[in-house]
Amino acid sequence: MNNEIWNRNKECMSRDELSDLQGKRLHKLVDLVYHNTPFYRHKMQELDLLPADIRTIDDIVKLPFTTKADLRDNYPVGLLATPMSEIVRIHASSGTTGSPTIVGYTSRDLEIWKEIIARALTAYGVTRGDIVSVGYGYGLFTGGLGAHYGVEHLGATVLPTSTGNTEKHIRLLRDLGVTGLACTPSYALYLAEALHKQGLSADDLKLRIGAFGAEPWTENMRHEIEERLGIQAYNIYGLSEIMGPGVAYECGCKDGSHIAEDHFYPEIINPETGEVLPVGQEGELVLTTLTKTGMPLLRYRTKDLTTLMPGTCACGRTSIRFTRILGRSDDMLIVRGINVFPSQVESVILEMPEFAPRYMLVVDRKNNLDTLEVQVELRPDSFSDDMGSMLDLRRKLGERLKSVLSISAEVKLVEPNSLPRSEGKSTRVIDKRVLA
Amino acid sequence: METIKQLSVFLENKGGRINDVAKALGEHGINMHAFSMAETTDFGILRLIVSDVEQAVGVLRAENFAVVLTDVVCISCPNVAGALSAILERLAEHQVFIEYMYAFAQGEKAHIVIRPSNLEECLKWLEEDDCDILADKQL
Repeated sequence: MNNEIWNRNKECMSRDELSDLQGKRLHKLVDLVYHNTPFYRHKMQELDLLPADIRTIDDIVKLPFTTKADLRDNYPVGLLATPMSEIVRIHASSGTTGSPTIVGYTSRDLEIWKEIIARALTAYGVTRGDIVSVGYGYGLFTGGLGAHYGVEHLGATVLPTSTGNTEKHIRLLRDLGVTGLACTPSYALYLAEALHKQGLSADDLKLRIGAFGAEPWTENMRHEIEERLGIQAYNIYGLSEIMGPGVAYECGCKDGSHIAEDHFYPEIINPETGEVLPVGQEGELVLTTLTKTGMPLLRYRTKDLTTLMPGTCACGRTSIRFTRILGRSDDMLIVRGINVFPSQVESVILEMPEFAPRYMLVVDRKNNLDTLEVQVELRPDSFSDDMGSMLDLRRKLGERLKSVLSISAEVKLVEPNSLPRSEGKSTRVIDKRVLA
Repeated sequence: METIKQLSVFLENKGGRINDVAKALGEHGINMHAFSMAETTDFGILRLIVSDVEQAVGVLRAENFAVVLTDVVCISCPNVAGALSAILERLAEHQVFIEYMYAFAQGEKAHIVIRPSNLEECLKWLEEDDCDILADKQL
């Protein structure tokens, strides 16, 4: 196993030292936002809080939460803690509903960002000798440029392929002997498929390491990517509001993602009550940016559901880990009163080789009853002229879904390559319910 | 043994999908001699007998259709009352079951496409009865 650590001082710090550092940084942060961000000053005044009340990291629970709605309400730059002249870069989220959210970075923020990505890449085993293709979208999305500068900072070679031209991407992977790939897990599978279509396999490439993120994925998906691309696949976690990719990352142990805790402080809360839960309980991840100066956020509610894992990891890092994201509290569907996560559907589909790893969930309400339809692509070589075996296949998937989800779903077999493919975040749910 | 290669295509139930197949084949000069559709609520299997089956497979795969080839038997019989019954009676007598079939008649002749439960047995009994079994190029 790869034992390299980019920043041993910070990644392997004793817990006491870390907590001391976090407390000092939090105090500075609160001072910064109180004096420079009217939004936070007002919130703190409402709670009768002064910066001096926040002395140690444990005082964090006194502070207010920040939500995605707060970011939208303060569009475009109301949450900046610094004048625009200090901001050197802006990213924006897609914003499917309402305004996009804008994030501004100072040059110091960008230094920190590339540092944490270099930590992640090192944890995966990437070295200066590697060529890494960045297949995240370049532009307003944080994935492309974020990963790009991290690879450069590490000293490896970056190939800024971005998204879109898969044929050229494959050609460059082959011709340059590219060894690393950073993209969404769904795009990695799409690449594997495109490779197969060209009559090529993992043996024609030199890829060895993949850094995948920007959307939730499952252990089954990891196995499929690893097998089809002949690589070791690792999770990279991040969100644009906090920084972008690199907030947390897996190590060679593939047992939870390490949070860059000297920069981001994690808490787990009950998403309904906001109550902070003890370490080890499942809930919504809340992050505070301890060192950001452009657009620092206090206790940002990520909506990602996970569990914190305390204890030193076998890799030697002391930073706390979290388990695979179980879903998002806002992705979670409640169908006939039962919680349904798209990732559960995905794991069932991935276990059946007759289907492509792509699906769409359609939720509707007919005669006051919720309906769940799972659309899944048939793989071309699983098609049979025998109607009986086709119906059996559909029934088998329906039964497995029922046992995993605890509710029945209508399975709809769709033609190969007919579901929308995304090269960024996958959209896998259509909720047609109109609630009065 | 004379069988014919039938082309089966997986289709979702959505508007214009059958025409997408017909159009793709038409654009490549491939003629459809016969076809039938087996459908469920959400998908169907379109079964076709075409003028150039190998080319048709290539054309449809390039358009991302899932296709598969199946051996079927095509019989030609007089287009008169009772002709089909005589053939089917013979097959039933020998425990040859029919998974599906479709037919088309023109002038004095009728053609019947059969997917039997047992291809060899089916051909054996039809040949013994001197049935007119068509090969690929005879259509």
